[in-house]
Amino acid sequence: MALTLEQVRHVATLARLALTPEEEQRFATQLSAVLDAVAQLQSVDVETVEPTSHATLAASLLREDVARPSLPPEKSLANAPAKVGTSFAVPKIIE
Amino acid sequence: MQLTDLTMLELARKLASGEVSSVEATRASLERIARVDPQVRAFLRVDAEGALAAAEASDARRKAGTPASALDGVPVGLKDLFLTEGVETTAGSRVLEGFVPPFDATVVRLLKEAGLPLLGKLNLDEFAMGSSNESSAYFPTHNPWDLTRTPGGSSGGSAAAVAAREVFGALGTDTGGSIRQPAAFTNTVGLKPTYGRVSRYGVIAYASSLDQPGPMTRTVGDAAALLQLLARHDPLDSTSAAVETPDYSAGLEEGVRGLRLGVPREYFAEGMDSEVEASVRAALREYERLGATLVDVSLPHTRHALATYYLIAPAEASSNLARYDGIRYGLRAKDARGLKELYSQTRERGFGPEAKRRIMLGTYALSAGYYDAYYLRAQKVRTLIREDFLRVFRDVDALLTPASPVPPFKLGEKVDDPLSMYLMDVYTLPCNLAGVPGLSVPCGFTKAGLPVGLQVLGRPFEEALLLRVARAFEREHDYSRRFAPLPAQGA
Amino acid sequence: MPVSDFQPVIGLEVHAQLLTQSKIFCGCSTAFGAEPNLHTCPVCLGMPGVLPVLNQRVVEFAVLTGLALGCEVRSRSVWSRKNYFYPDLPKGYQITQYDLPICEHGRLTIDTPRGEKVIRVRRIHMEEDAGKNVHDASEGQSLVDLNRAGVPLLEIVSDPDLRDADEAVEYLKALRDVLVYLGVNDGNLEEGSFRCDANVSVMPRGSDTFGQRCELKNLNSFRFVKQAIEYEIARQVDVIESGGKVAQETRLWDTNKGVTRSMRSKEDAHDYRYFPEPDLPPLLVTTATIESMGQRLPELPRPKLQRFVQQYGLPAYDARTLTAERPLADFFDVCAAKYPDAKKLSNWFLGELLRLLKEEAMPVSALRFTPERLAELLTAVDAGTLSNNAGKDVLGEMFRTGKAPADIIAEKGLAQVSDTGAIEAVVDDILARNAGEVEKYRAGKKQVFGFFVGQVMRAMKGKGNPTLVNELLKKKLGD
Ligand SMILES: [Mg+2]
Ligand SMILES: [Zn+2]
Repeated sequence: MALTLEQVRHVATLARLALTPEEEQRFATQLSAVLDAVAQLQSVDVETVEPTSHATLAASLLREDVARPSLPPEKSLANAPAKVGTSFAVPKIIE
Repeated sequence: MQLTDLTMLELARKLASGEVSSVEATRASLERIARVDPQVRAFLRVDAEGALAAAEASDARRKAGTPASALDGVPVGLKDLFLTEGVETTAGSRVLEGFVPPFDATVVRLLKEAGLPLLGKLNLDEFAMGSSNESSAYFPTHNPWDLTRTPGGSSGGSAAAVAAREVFGALGTDTGGSIRQPAAFTNTVGLKPTYGRVSRYGVIAYASSLDQPGPMTRTVGDAAALLQLLARHDPLDSTSAAVETPDYSAGLEEGVRGLRLGVPREYFAEGMDSEVEASVRAALREYERLGATLVDVSLPHTRHALATYYLIAPAEASSNLARYDGIRYGLRAKDARGLKELYSQTRERGFGPEAKRRIMLGTYALSAGYYDAYYLRAQKVRTLIREDFLRVFRDVDALLTPASPVPPFKLGEKVDDPLSMYLMDVYTLPCNLAGVPGLSVPCGFTKAGLPVGLQVLGRPFEEALLLRVARAFEREHDYSRRFAPLPAQGA
Repeated sequence: MPVSDFQPVIGLEVHAQLLTQSKIFCGCSTAFGAEPNLHTCPVCLGMPGVLPVLNQRVVEFAVLTGLALGCEVRSRSVWSRKNYFYPDLPKGYQITQYDLPICEHGRLTIDTPRGEKVIRVRRIHMEEDAGKNVHDASEGQSLVDLNRAGVPLLEIVSDPDLRDADEAVEYLKALRDVLVYLGVNDGNLEEGSFRCDANVSVMPRGSDTFGQRCELKNLNSFRFVKQAIEYEIARQVDVIESGGKVAQETRLWDTNKGVTRSMRSKEDAHDYRYFPEPDLPPLLVTTATIESMGQRLPELPRPKLQRFVQQYGLPAYDARTLTAERPLADFFDVCAAKYPDAKKLSNWFLGELLRLLKEEAMPVSALRFTPERLAELLTAVDAGTLSNNAGKDVLGEMFRTGKAPADIIAEKGLAQVSDTGAIEAVVDDILARNAGEVEKYRAGKKQVFGFFVGQVMRAMKGKGNPTLVNELLKKKLGD
């Protein structure tokens, strides 16, 4: 299945990637090849098959509702590229 | 014989007898790293200070007669996917350059509590996405057996460091073969435990339903000893299994007499290197000689595993990697105008081509109109793949297969051909889809002296049996005593 | 066609913040009002490698709510990721429930001018809240506070069964009452712990095909819910009348201008790419859990109101006020068990007690006296020990100090004098000292009677039983 440049751009927007024109071109080709390769799954009869999203025996683990100490702000914000006080800062959001 | 030539268990015995101190062992490792790593390039970061401090503490415990574990004082390395408090952790990506975690991954904490000095962070494919270590944003790691070749991936740094005796053991992670394939490429032992056996908390996620940390060592016995420290239920990981931890070393020497070992037809397909096939077939005959019954079995959905994997893993990855947005940590595009650019420029610059490729693929597979045809269908085929395994395991105790269809390939050989790179995982990734444990044990060399690995697959939570099967083969050979020729001549 | 030729169709989505101690997937506190990011940890900051672990109380609250709304509770429900990028969403996805929510197929009864109406509750699911972006605190920047990120929410979605703004408000009030009664939510619209989005469409009357709907946001009071829905109905009718088509979009209620306006920023890349959350296995709820939650289910607002009308013979207005809050209703129930005249009791509640609580902005739970004490006070008034007005004073004192009514009456000497002899002595004394006035009275100037009453009461410091004072005065004046 061939992915169009337009589809590549739409997916890049969804994924928040500012692809270069060369990348758009390359991904169109490469992703099309991968999609061709995975097209074989369309032939598998899965009519009565349940999907597996967890290959685990684990049942739902529950935590007691107890508040525990949070991180001190010098730790939670230590890696922040930009901050004001104890807030993370981003370019002004226009709604 | 040098100190760094010892296995983990041999060193542990010498530490216990007082013949060697942990500080000596750690110094030996650090010196070996200084000597050979400029060629191997396994390490992204060496933490000499932290390792030596831990070694001193370990020696004090040994002196006081209160070792924290059987491996107290044995220095190891960590794939740079494990969060380490106060030590930069990058996942091999620019997007996390400079990120210093405020906490330890559960398994890192377990190793610290067990007294193992941590030598540093080992190279990997970016976010564990790759089979050659070449997608690391920093540099590729070289195979100690042939520096022009890849050590495999994504835990290539871990495998190479173990094979080059820079560390006594290491932790890797395995999403589609990332422990077993590099182990096979480097003449080392790599074990991917059952999904849920080892905590994923603090391990940077690639594909959450497939990722599993595990030990990478020079011998089967070392793998058992290291797994012993890692296999715990973790209340911080909801997918961690509340299953009791057996003694993984107890039955190690029991051999394979009477075991039924399956040989799945689908794993001996065309495209396999003839020397790899010869080595693996020889290993199969060896098992027969050792008293096991070989059973021809079929896992018919194996041929769909690659396609299934390359939909599920990128889909999960596209979501897992959404958090790298330049807001709370990591890289931020400096000149971004407005919020939209902050996101798209940061992510464009932060991620390498392979990460972007998988984010794109996964985003597409989950997007409106394609979910049912791609992602949901892949999950259903995943069920069939898992059922294949559970069905044959009613008849056989374990499966024997090649770990990789080819020996280590040249660096640069496949970088521009993602599809042929993806084919490297064809024998390892069905195991992740099924959630069962798998292990790679050295089973010989090609004429050119390149390592070949034998894969053993087993029932959920039967890691002990896998180790026993692998050990039965290992003790018949001297592969674990063969050392990569390092430092390389002329260096 | 005029507006009356169109039938509005409204469905509501409520996000109710759950009253837990800790967040839904980590141990951080849910307390309101801390400095930015003080209640954050690696998990709710979305650091690399972290994993969610579900808060048990969130499940209990969801089941409790589901049972209260007559839902089916799923024994196996599934977590999903809703993927989108926004600075207040640290992981780049929200963990929520999508195709297999914990509760489905419930109902809530409301009152309308045409009588009772059952509104279907389509689903209830659990999810994590996002953080907060602050836009006006810093020049050229928005600031991100993740204290609220990971606070547990219930999303409660109605079917499009509501037909006008009043019904929508009724539904919201009834729903809020239920949640507050259950103790799972504080019902605060202004602070955003009870939030509502409205899906509004219109169709020609008699049609059975719904029109294109718009989603209204920022409805943080019942008044705004009503205004925004009414505005939106009129707007959509206008669009159709003028030959246009209603576009499906998210619209923001502008409180200042009293209009809804399009929120285009929410529109682009509207593809959430839901998929099952691999970090959380499906949630299994056992029959035992459902049963134990069933046993914890309190009497709900509506049945309680009906009981107050029937059991106590109260007017609907009284019953509604008394049952508006569960602690007040409980207080009344205990009082009523000790004091037989429910209507009189209700008058005291609606008059004095609520006034005092309101003046001090105090919750019923903070009252310093027990319902038994209030019953004692009213019994004393009935027995004539205390005048009605003195009773109010005593209640005020009980409210402030928590002292027993008997003690206050004794301390302050408030007991009413009903001793005929004592009153007679005072009456005689007053009449003797005001011979002139007595003269005038007897000459026919009957208005002077009030003067005598006033003098007697003053002499008795207001404690004379007024009925007796009147009787004795009249007797002595020769009436
Ligand atoms: Mg929601
Ligand atoms: Zn937290």
